[in-house]
Amino acid sequence: MSVQIWTFIFVFLTFGLYIGIAIKSRAGSTSEFYVAGSGVPPLANGMATAADWMSAASFISMAGLISFLGRDGTFYLMGWTGGYVLLALLLAPYLRKFGKFTVPDFIGDRYYSQSARLIAVFCAITISFVYVCGQMQGAGIVFSRFLEVDITTGVIIGMAIVFFYAVMGGMKGITYTQVAQYCVLIFAFMVPAIFISILMTGIPVPQLGFGAELTESFGGGYLLDRLDGMSEQLGFATYTEGQRSTQDVFFITAALMFGTAGLPHVIIRFFTVPNVRDARRSAGYALIFIAILYTTAPAVAAFARTNLINTVDNIEYSAVPEWFTKWEATNLIVFTDKNEDGRIQYVGDPEINELEVNRDIMVLANPEIAGLPNWVVALVAAGALAAALSTAAGLLLVISTAVAHDLMKRSFMPNISEKQELRYARIAIFVAVIIAGYVGINPPAYVAQVVAYAFGLAAASFFPAIVLGIFHKRMNKQGAIAGMVAGFLFTALYIVYFKTINPAMDNAKGWLFGISPEGIGTLGTIVNMAVAYGISKITPEPPKDVQAIVENIRLPGEVVLR
Amino acid sequence: MSNSSAQSYWKSNIRIVLSLLAVWFFISFGCGILFVDLLDNFRIGGFKLGFWIAQQGAILVFVALIYVYIHLMDKLDDKYNLESSKDYQPNLQTSTDGDTE
Repeated sequence: MSVQIWTFIFVFLTFGLYIGIAIKSRAGSTSEFYVAGSGVPPLANGMATAADWMSAASFISMAGLISFLGRDGTFYLMGWTGGYVLLALLLAPYLRKFGKFTVPDFIGDRYYSQSARLIAVFCAITISFVYVCGQMQGAGIVFSRFLEVDITTGVIIGMAIVFFYAVMGGMKGITYTQVAQYCVLIFAFMVPAIFISILMTGIPVPQLGFGAELTESFGGGYLLDRLDGMSEQLGFATYTEGQRSTQDVFFITAALMFGTAGLPHVIIRFFTVPNVRDARRSAGYALIFIAILYTTAPAVAAFARTNLINTVDNIEYSAVPEWFTKWEATNLIVFTDKNEDGRIQYVGDPEINELEVNRDIMVLANPEIAGLPNWVVALVAAGALAAALSTAAGLLLVISTAVAHDLMKRSFMPNISEKQELRYARIAIFVAVIIAGYVGINPPAYVAQVVAYAFGLAAASFFPAIVLGIFHKRMNKQGAIAGMVAGFLFTALYIVYFKTINPAMDNAKGWLFGISPEGIGTLGTIVNMAVAYGISKITPEPPKDVQAIVENIRLPGEVVLR
Repeated sequence: MSNSSAQSYWKSNIRIVLSLLAVWFFISFGCGILFVDLLDNFRIGGFKLGFWIAQQGAILVFVALIYVYIHLMDKLDDKYNLESSKDYQPNLQTSTDGDTE
């Protein structure tokens, strides 16, 4: 059977499953809609968090980026997992004890201020919305490549499905759908990785195959040594050595970590478990489920890179395999025969290099490059869709709660009934899906970049405000608001300056302290904390009842303080 | 629970969090970034040590850190007799008044 038929079968089956679950667990109350009635067991919540977190970026594009970045790709691996340590130790248990629905709820109540709540709503919507657009675009690319429809149709199919189950189920539906999506996506990521690892090293665990010796047919020797050797020979950077400056890698890693811990759609997850102990446990489960993919990704990156070089370098163009021609049709692989010898020269020197490979296709193309059966190729497509759609649904939920709950119920229309609030939540999802779909169909060139910058913004706005709110009782509304505004503006302006106003300066020499716009969120976090601390010193301390709230969330059980 | 034991519970909590974060920082930013070239002089199997920590080892340490945290906090809760952390389910309220009391 062809790849297309297999893709159709897998996508049909998995989507049937997701929609079935969404209908079965339809939400009846606002509490069920926003946080699944807080009745989700930690294991299921861990899986849902993992699916929520691992988006099209983790599934489709991360391993591909690493296979071109080599050791520098480390900042994605450590940044997007290390943030969970911060989440588990500094945020999750306390926010669960606090017992509200959303991040703006926490900011608004802890800082006893409507303005603080509105700033938080603004940040939450901005950050989440940017993300959703990227997911819609990712879903569109997968649909259009594997179902061979145009990208507009691809995005519209994705929009319809996300809208359907996000609106129907709310958090309750999303959580159990995401459990199913986690299973699909991790299976789809691991199966080809295991096959390729066996093929190349004879070891069925990709994490170990990564550091093992190649089989005879691949020329023997350690995989990484061979990859280093091949890279040097062709004039590429040595795979296991870094190219970027140490401080830049340091700052980007930190920005991704703080950003992970400040992302509203991840934080909201810890409101859905029954109690504080389960909140801690569910952070542990989530990281285990994420680590399965994240420890496999660097192995996939190295396998894919080795295979790609082996397969395409210096072969006759007329003899290229079928996958090569198919991806060429999407313009994501481009071959220009500069020296007109009819062979592909794939080398580091841009003057004589004849092959451009888009990084985002590496994971999707990897099974085809390795010559795996068609059903495995189709499985990867289903997994990529699961990753894109589960994250999109979680983000849409944050947007809808921010609008219906934080904006309507808590700010402008405090007297609306639960039913009306639910209706606003669903209308907000509808509007967000339509706009995200539009952006997905007409992607501004910078969507992919902005996704990475959203981390910096989350790091510079939410993370310090929440951490200080829990660990520094003296922090007051003046300090927190000034800190959030300063951190957010500093980061946003730095990014805008280098990306739109003065792109000519966007290099290591032009950057402040050699920190790229991807890593500037770390400095934004520091600015936020410094400003917040300074301002809070010279303004009155928070009221006694707010200080009592802080005392209360620090203790996991129900305790009466005297 | 009295005010003073609440204080000492919080102090122990902070101590646990800070020591775990010290390990977190040492492994990720220390071994994975700052000293990575130094550690690359050592090898385990086909990996250079620094490269392995940066791309895989650190992630395993992160998982371990969260589990050590869960274990230590459970012990701390038991010591202060906060059994209730297992059964007590903080209320989710939609109303704007009567917050966490």
